[in-house]
Amino acid sequence: MNVDETELPGLGVRKDFITASGRRIGVVELREGETELFVSTWDDPDTCQASIPLTADEAAALGNLLGGQHIAMRLAEAHKEIPGIVTRQFSITADSPFQNQPMGKAQIRTRSGVSIVAIMREGEVVPSPAPDVVLHTGDLLVAVGTQEGLDSAAAILRNG
Amino acid sequence: MDPLALTLIELGAVVFCLGLLARLAGRIGMSPIPLYLIGGLGFGAGGIVKLDGMHEFAHLSGEIGVILLLLMLGLEYTASELVTGLRRSWQAGVMDLVLNFAPGAGVALLLGWGVVGAIVMGGVTYISSSGIAAKVITDLGRIGNRETPVVLAILVFEDLTMAIYLPILTAILAGVGFLGGLQTVGIALAVVTMVLLVALKHGHRVSQAVHSENSEVFLLNVLGLALLVAGLASALQVSAAVGAFMLGIAISGATAHNATRILEPLRDLFAAIFFVAFGLNTDPTTIPPVLFFALLLAFLTAVTKMLTGIWAAKQAGIAMPGRFRAGAALIARGEFSIVIAGLAVTSGAVPRELAALATAYVLLMAIIGPLAARFVEPVVKAIRKPKRPALAGAR
Repeated sequence: MNVDETELPGLGVRKDFITASGRRIGVVELREGETELFVSTWDDPDTCQASIPLTADEAAALGNLLGGQHIAMRLAEAHKEIPGIVTRQFSITADSPFQNQPMGKAQIRTRSGVSIVAIMREGEVVPSPAPDVVLHTGDLLVAVGTQEGLDSAAAILRNG
Repeated sequence: MDPLALTLIELGAVVFCLGLLARLAGRIGMSPIPLYLIGGLGFGAGGIVKLDGMHEFAHLSGEIGVILLLLMLGLEYTASELVTGLRRSWQAGVMDLVLNFAPGAGVALLLGWGVVGAIVMGGVTYISSSGIAAKVITDLGRIGNRETPVVLAILVFEDLTMAIYLPILTAILAGVGFLGGLQTVGIALAVVTMVLLVALKHGHRVSQAVHSENSEVFLLNVLGLALLVAGLASALQVSAAVGAFMLGIAISGATAHNATRILEPLRDLFAAIFFVAFGLNTDPTTIPPVLFFALLLAFLTAVTKMLTGIWAAKQAGIAMPGRFRAGAALIARGEFSIVIAGLAVTSGAVPRELAALATAYVLLMAIIGPLAARFVEPVVKAIRKPKRPALAGAR
């Protein structure tokens, strides 16, 4: 993937690339720490169809969604051969009982048989997280297990 | 009435009115600068109400306003951005200078204002308003557009040109001869080069010197240093504003961010008073006689800026609609045209009609600019038949 970087004097840096469908998509990292997400129009790749200001939290959340989807798809591909095994993503919301707690405290594997194989955090992947990894609001947990196990893992993360 | 009480009442009333005007400007989504100018015209010599009590304060505050405007302009850029900008856009920059300086200078000569008047009016019509351009780009959601770096590079070039132009102007206005002028230009070039070099290599040290965790200490440090440098530059006849601009460039990184944040309200206040003070000193009855020339200049320089933008965007490989967008974004003139005219009028070396022409011109351009930027795209689209690219099905 060829990402172009262009300096915008006084504003920030633009990073973008052209998608296979012919749209230019990218972000402008503004000096003030905010991010502007933009997509070009279909008929004029120079201009923007939408230019959406994102706060740091929102940009991290979006990064997690995009990256998480990618990882989940690859995992699903890997587990295709094993019937009954499913991949699902859980996000840690602000009211989760385990935010700012080590993941081990939730005892997800013991209680539901589900494995947390990765955590997406601020666009970065934490692969095979250890039980002492502290969970934060906005984290996206990528979990693998049976349908029932995942349901109970979701309940554990929500209600403790 | 007690003169102090009178001054306070007048000042309070003016600042309060400015608040109302700024609110109105925000409501209709335009730059408040033309409204401030109109406000000043209404209060000043020959206006509806005459304000004499705040005259002295307004004058000094206006000077501080100019220093803060230029300081914050310098803070926006890092030295490396200026150097790369210069390298990448010097051709477009020179074309911009020639095309847009000429109409102003020509009209000034036509009106018999002499070489000094020509150099002043050339500067007034040359420099785009980076404030209005940046606002237009953000408001219209064009930050991610491909022509935006082209526009910004031209603005950077203009701002650097100001660093050379203002000292020359100061020298000419002071009436020094050809040799004296050359000497000032030499000093200015040396100072600009030196500051750029220092800022490139040792910018962090300058930043460290003014930096403080305590916002009060930091504010006093930055403001004090800015006034000091501006005063010294003024004593060297390099123009106070340029001193502040170069200081702004030397301060970089996180310190520049914090300085911008902390100085913004001060800049807004003092710059507003500067525009009002300029309006105060302009007699509104002198505007109608020069209105024709203001309109002529507005038309000519809108076209020349458009051509500049179109050419520069074409060089950068941008398609037709983007070229027009780039040109239109550059049309607005504003704060720096008034700074130049203000310098000239205060020195008394130019006829007073120049203030009237500059005011009328900036009023027109500050309103036409954003409108042109907004409506150029639909107009261009309506004229050209849209051609669907091969991949249109994938939209």
